[in-house]
Amino acid sequence: MQISFTLNGRPTTVDVEPATLVAELLREQLDLTGTHIGCDTSQCGACVVHLDGLPVKSCTLLVPALDGASLLTIEGLQGAPGSNRMHLMQEAFREHHGLQCGFCTPGMLMTAVALATEKPDLTEADVRHGLEGNICRCTGYQNIVVSVMAGAAAMNAAKGE
Amino acid sequence: MKPFSYHQPDQIPDAAKLLTSIEDSKLVAGGMTLIPTLKQRLASPPALVDLSKLGSLKGITDDGATITIGAMTPHAVVAASKLVQTKIPGLAELASMIGDPAVRSRGTIGGSVANNDPAADYPAGVLGLGATILTSTREIAADKFFLGLFETALEPGEIITAIRFPVPLRAGYAKFKAPASRYALVGVFVAKFADGVRVAVTGAGPGVFRVPPMEAALSGNFDPSAIAAIKIDNDGLTSDIHAEADYRAHLVTVMAKRAVDVALS
Repeated sequence: MQISFTLNGRPTTVDVEPATLVAELLREQLDLTGTHIGCDTSQCGACVVHLDGLPVKSCTLLVPALDGASLLTIEGLQGAPGSNRMHLMQEAFREHHGLQCGFCTPGMLMTAVALATEKPDLTEADVRHGLEGNICRCTGYQNIVVSVMAGAAAMNAAKGE
Repeated sequence: MKPFSYHQPDQIPDAAKLLTSIEDSKLVAGGMTLIPTLKQRLASPPALVDLSKLGSLKGITDDGATITIGAMTPHAVVAASKLVQTKIPGLAELASMIGDPAVRSRGTIGGSVANNDPAADYPAGVLGLGATILTSTREIAADKFFLGLFETALEPGEIITAIRFPVPLRAGYAKFKAPASRYALVGVFVAKFADGVRVAVTGAGPGVFRVPPMEAALSGNFDPSAIAAIKIDNDGLTSDIHAEADYRAHLVTVMAKRAVDVALS
């Protein structure tokens, strides 16, 4: 079936079997391999993308759900237009060492950006609750939580400028 | 996944017709249970009937003494709804505790209730509040809807359109989460109405159930101390890698007390 959607701001049309997962479409047909497949059972969150602004697990999303929607992947995450910088949340992860091996990081970032967008004044408890669907096997989460708090504060400050 | 045909009807009768005319076809709402099931090939339906184009199944309405939540309303919308937070805060809180943010973006109340997973959260809220399940053909009281492990009173081709909740005086939900899945090892929903209290338990057994001795005690005195000495029988409760039946029985009392605390706060 033919599906038309917006992918990282660009109109896109694909012709796929309905029994295709969005994670498969991204990685195998569209060569967007930043979206990772970890557990493939919707537990780990490495595959999180934004569908119409909401965080979703792309390993548990059938391609027909994209029809007419807007999809943002880690490749579409970027800093202020023209700044030639990473997204503020990505900068915060780098600054605060919010990763080790990096496998879970794309999903962590997508979930973190959604959290910070939904609730600008995030508490640490909000962050820990909000990251329940993202599993990291390296860090013990401490620096991830610190990074998300810092990234959210930076996003909030930038909004006021 | 095995291949399937995909249908996106925009009218409820069309959806019901597809469901009955294509043998073994399945409805897909948010897909949070169905898609993993397809991926593991525990089911391989020849066709999926997607309910997402049925606009009439979305949204939350205030009917005064009740609120009605459309079957395709995602958990995140219920959790963030000012109306639900004001009228039945315990239900909004329950919705905010389901799965994780990504699951709450997609998973729907109708899908959860139709699936009737023995450890799902919504069945406890629906039974605890004595809600009414509205379908494409009739209305079903919660007490007659949940029949056991993944089994409901829904007939073939019958589609849940909405759930109607009576507004309680107070309500609260408390759950002990399985840490990996966030499903309820035991979850208890408590609701106080003018004519009595209802207590519904999920996660502990093969399906959601009420606890009449706790309801009677709380109807007399709506305080955690009223049920502290009430132990439920572990006969028929679930034992698995996460917990033995004894422990689940113990948790029912603990979670019920906490749910009353939540309702009082």
